[in-house]
Amino acid sequence: MKKYTYSEKKDTRSGFGAGLHEAGQKNPEVVALCADLKGSLKMDAFADEFPERFIQIGIAEANMIGIAAGMTIGGKIPFTGTFANFSTGRVYDQIRQSVAYSNKNVKICASHAGLTLGEDGATHQILEDIGLMKMLPGMVVINPCDYNQTKAATLAIAEYEGPVYLRFGRPSIPVFTDPDQKFEIGKAWMVNEGTDVTIIATGHMVWKAIEAGEQLAELGIDAEIINIHTIKPLDEEAILKSLQKTGCVVTCEEHNKFGGLGESVARLLSTELPSPQEFVAVNDSFGESGTPDQLMTKYGLDTINIVEAAQKVIKRKK
Amino acid sequence: MKHTINELEDIVSQVRRDIVRMVHGCQSGHPGGSLGCAEFLTALYFETMNHSTDFKMDGKGEDLFFLSNGHISPVFYSVLARSGYFEVSELATFRKLNSRVQGHPTTHEGLPGIRIASGSLGQGMSVAIGAALTKKLNKDHSLVFSLHGDGELQEGQNWEAIMFAPHNKVDNLIATIDYNGQQIDGPTEKVLSLENLQAKFEAFGWHVITSNGNNMEDIVKALEYAKSLTGKGRPILNLMSTQMGYGVDFMVGSHKWHGTAPNDEQLASALNQNKETLGDY
Repeated sequence: MKKYTYSEKKDTRSGFGAGLHEAGQKNPEVVALCADLKGSLKMDAFADEFPERFIQIGIAEANMIGIAAGMTIGGKIPFTGTFANFSTGRVYDQIRQSVAYSNKNVKICASHAGLTLGEDGATHQILEDIGLMKMLPGMVVINPCDYNQTKAATLAIAEYEGPVYLRFGRPSIPVFTDPDQKFEIGKAWMVNEGTDVTIIATGHMVWKAIEAGEQLAELGIDAEIINIHTIKPLDEEAILKSLQKTGCVVTCEEHNKFGGLGESVARLLSTELPSPQEFVAVNDSFGESGTPDQLMTKYGLDTINIVEAAQKVIKRKK
Repeated sequence: MKHTINELEDIVSQVRRDIVRMVHGCQSGHPGGSLGCAEFLTALYFETMNHSTDFKMDGKGEDLFFLSNGHISPVFYSVLARSGYFEVSELATFRKLNSRVQGHPTTHEGLPGIRIASGSLGQGMSVAIGAALTKKLNKDHSLVFSLHGDGELQEGQNWEAIMFAPHNKVDNLIATIDYNGQQIDGPTEKVLSLENLQAKFEAFGWHVITSNGNNMEDIVKALEYAKSLTGKGRPILNLMSTQMGYGVDFMVGSHKWHGTAPNDEQLASALNQNKETLGDY
């Protein structure tokens, strides 16, 4: 098992804020819109340096999505910022008609996704957003795994022409990816090569997958770990290549098992390479108040859940 | 003026013929609101706006128009075709399979003149504000126009946008309300009353003007006046009274023709009331 270490923990939303600031310095067409959550989305550096390109919308997310769509007409590249729940479910029809169907170059940037938002509880802990967004034709869906990858992804989507959903989170988590990485939309990252089982993880679950890989190695199981940061378009080639070697897969995501990364992988495998699969995901439920760690444990998203799922899925191999 | 009032009225007559023929041709679509806005769209595209029919999505340096109440697509398509964005013959494909002339306007099929999809109501004012903000950032002094149904104002997103525009001094925007008092299920007063729209917009900080949308001279003057009010720190709202179905006697003033197609006999009657001026498609 390849060794991964970290020297600090940071939140992925700060990676977004740093990436947005740098994207704004690189390209004068980048504008940022915010629905009264500038601090939570870490948009202060951008807003301070480019006040004329920062638009405070107020608590009006539908209007924010529509204004962002309109701003693309004339060449601006709008980044909208609010919590994941208010970035997707609340404004689904605005995204569908004014952004996706109209093919507008809007970057919908969503923080506080999933259970790790913590104490605010289920009203704010959206676990359905990946599904909502990936179903829209033409929408790119990205869920990076740490501060550095989120920053790199933010810079990459500024250069990509078309609608994007970028999902990140609130808690501080290990920073373990390369600070100078080149982020390629739709290209999986091979975290660790192995032969017994493929573990596919996205977002906050990638570090847990690495921890699980270390524990599995101690049990004599050689796990291949793949980071799928781009859920759509899915890197089908990387997944199929891995499954041809390992023959079974565990998918890991901080999302409802309905509609998430796991289902995208299952859809691919069912037609191309039927394989046993286990899902480490929320089992069709809402969240609740608690600390992020308590919630990840209660809802089955811990390292141990990945280890157990890997052992189970290996047994299902013929 | 680029055209005389008589010339503009002749164009309107042809636009009305296009509308009823398009809706009759596919036996679906929305003739009522389309007919009521024929003068407005004609005035906008043939007189008021500085625009290029050599269509570019970015619209830099030209006035832009956004149709929020997308169901009145027949009048939009007719005016776009008649002003030169695409061949008028394409109007015959309205609402038919493999057409660029979709039931509701969309960019998806690449029809020149359309910059945003509309149909799901209440989204156009936000989009128009966004385009207006970009013009300001680009130091582009051209204007943004938009049209909204009155019933459409029942959608909450409008009021988010109506609150935003004055606060942010979006004074390069001229929004028009098609104030015909009708919606699918009946008069707006019965379905969900709009109460005093002028006072509502003024309370939010808009500069409100009123106009008669079925009088060409009046609407041309109103739009010129609206243009003179831009750049003064406030968005402009043109509260435009119209009659649904105007120009076809058996349709006028009734919500029953909001989304109903005429039969052969009714088509003949409607065409008799609107002379062919530019040649039918």
